[in-house]
Amino acid sequence: MSILINEKTKIIVQGFTGDKGSFHAKEMIEYGTNVVGGVTPGKGGSTHLGKPVFNTVAEAVEATGAEASITFVAPAFCADAIMEAADAGIQLVCSITDGIPAQDMMRVKRYLMRYPKERRTLMVGPNCAGIISPGKAMLGIMPGHIYKQGTVGIVSRSGTLGYEAAAQMKALGIGVSTSVGIGGDPINGSSFLDHLMKFQEDPETTAVVMIGEIGGPQEAEASAWVKENMTKPVVGYVAGLTAPKGRRMGHAGAIISAAGDSAAEKSEIMRSYGLSVAPSAGELGTTVAAMMAKL
Amino acid sequence: MDIHEYQAKELLAGFGVPVPRGSVAYSPDQAVYTATELGGWHWAVKAQVHSGARGKAGGIKLCKTYHEVDAAARELLGKRLVTVQTGPEGKPVQRVYVEVAEPFERELYLGIVLDRKAERVRVIASAEGGMDIEELANTAPEKIMQVVVEPAVGLQAFQARQIAFGLKLNIKQVSRAVTAIMGAYRAFRDLDATMVEINPLVVTKDDRVLALDAKMSFDDNAMFRQRAVADMRDPSQEDPREVQAAEHNLNYVGLDGDIGCIINGAGLAMATMDTIKYAGGAPANFLDVGGGASPERVANSFRLVLSDKNVKAILVNIFAGINRCDWVAQGVVQACNDIDITVPLIVRLAGTNEEEGQRIIRESGLPIISASSLTEAAKKAVEAARAHAAS
Repeated sequence: MSILINEKTKIIVQGFTGDKGSFHAKEMIEYGTNVVGGVTPGKGGSTHLGKPVFNTVAEAVEATGAEASITFVAPAFCADAIMEAADAGIQLVCSITDGIPAQDMMRVKRYLMRYPKERRTLMVGPNCAGIISPGKAMLGIMPGHIYKQGTVGIVSRSGTLGYEAAAQMKALGIGVSTSVGIGGDPINGSSFLDHLMKFQEDPETTAVVMIGEIGGPQEAEASAWVKENMTKPVVGYVAGLTAPKGRRMGHAGAIISAAGDSAAEKSEIMRSYGLSVAPSAGELGTTVAAMMAKL
Repeated sequence: MDIHEYQAKELLAGFGVPVPRGSVAYSPDQAVYTATELGGWHWAVKAQVHSGARGKAGGIKLCKTYHEVDAAARELLGKRLVTVQTGPEGKPVQRVYVEVAEPFERELYLGIVLDRKAERVRVIASAEGGMDIEELANTAPEKIMQVVVEPAVGLQAFQARQIAFGLKLNIKQVSRAVTAIMGAYRAFRDLDATMVEINPLVVTKDDRVLALDAKMSFDDNAMFRQRAVADMRDPSQEDPREVQAAEHNLNYVGLDGDIGCIINGAGLAMATMDTIKYAGGAPANFLDVGGGASPERVANSFRLVLSDKNVKAILVNIFAGINRCDWVAQGVVQACNDIDITVPLIVRLAGTNEEEGQRIIRESGLPIISASSLTEAAKKAVEAARAHAAS
């Protein structure tokens, strides 16, 4: 099993016919993902990559029964695209787009709350590498071949650091149930906690790797939940030990601006809640292997 | 993105926040002329640098005569002001703000921030103005009032009134404080700010409420729709290497170690720096070369990293997803041929087309040290930097 997506999940691509949308949609299809169509306003009725194109998400959902979408939409228009997907009943929106204004994301999150819990859209990202359930489906921009199918869940802010973990694990023969990139922005659609809860419920995920960064309260909040509720072991890591205070390290969200934001503090919090913290990013794989050996 | 005090006051005044009368000056003559134009008896001459704690650093001078205004401007302009926030190198003072100094009775604090935990805008106020709010939050949190703004409707007048009454203002002052709070919030919302800080917000003898100091920071991601704000950027206040990096669309932050880093992805970049430290070395910089690492971007990255004279070795760490290792390898080889790189170079390539990339590096005949893992790359970089420093 896996969380969020599998080989059956019907997926549409928002911003389907653009350069990035086309490139990654093709990769996703080649990986075996069930892409049922795409949306580009003004290009409805045409066919792209052998799949139908629609003008609106609502039309796409009606015609294809799409359940999930991925957005390759420019930052200025991306909040709109996410809200459109939510309004059309899409259950999972994954936003790759980097550069969405923070106040737009605030409005998006408020907008998603208008739906009752049972039909509320889960958003992943923005500014993330997406989601992959190895061997089943890829809703993102990652190199699929570095993931071995297996039972360890990965949830990471950073895309490339998530790749690093997956590749180190594969080299040691450890596979992944699902890997989720939650993105490097200060406000993201879903948090570490949201996905840890899903991994906890997933019968085939046996352990989880949580890869955080400096800035924000999410890692601490998730770690506290792990201690209280999680029966599966969790490996933790926080990037940014060498990051100076008050400087933005690439990601808009990666900035130490308050107490508890630093990598040292977050690693200590993880440890205090019983997570196995990898001593360095080069030892993510071996830390997972050591934990798996104890299972 | 940060702006100067005078720019923040100009923006806030446009949203109805009352500010003392003042004007910016680029020379002592202009400062004196400004003071004569403003009138009044006392003036504050304030160094315009992107930093707080200017007063303690001698960056704010209270003047009683035009002669003093002239002397203050002469002293400040052209200097570098070192505050507790700027680091030892300080920041250049190229403009001063000349402001009518108003006697006041009370100093309050007003801040508006993007709260990551609540994922909402939060308004913070305290009757203890002039203080560091973080310190106050630690020592006397009960003295801080907070209101979280519902994004669907924005800050409401009753919330501003709650704050104003909480600050123990009289009724005349309350209505003026509400104007200031609502104005500051609208400026925050309409200009895509991430922070507005008015510290202090002062109350004068005649019941006026004025923003005596003002600081604003903005969301870089929103600058495409805030042209007027984006034009206020002052590159003289930023690290010149970071300005240069931004021109090439690279993310760079200078640090004080000696191992230059060129990495794709912000998370991997931070993790690589940490691994260098774990291996006993010190990173010279953060540099995210980004997704589409063309040979030109790679070359620009090398130039940028090498502009730091402390650099004793360079570590290139690429985990290619959208990138392709063969393209990055070609970029590295080309950069080595175009630029005179005199320090050891360590390259680790992983992900898409990794074998092809490694073959290009191997067959280039260049003295490049290859590494297959993150840990190995960091160790080799630390050893190479030490050997280079000793040679």
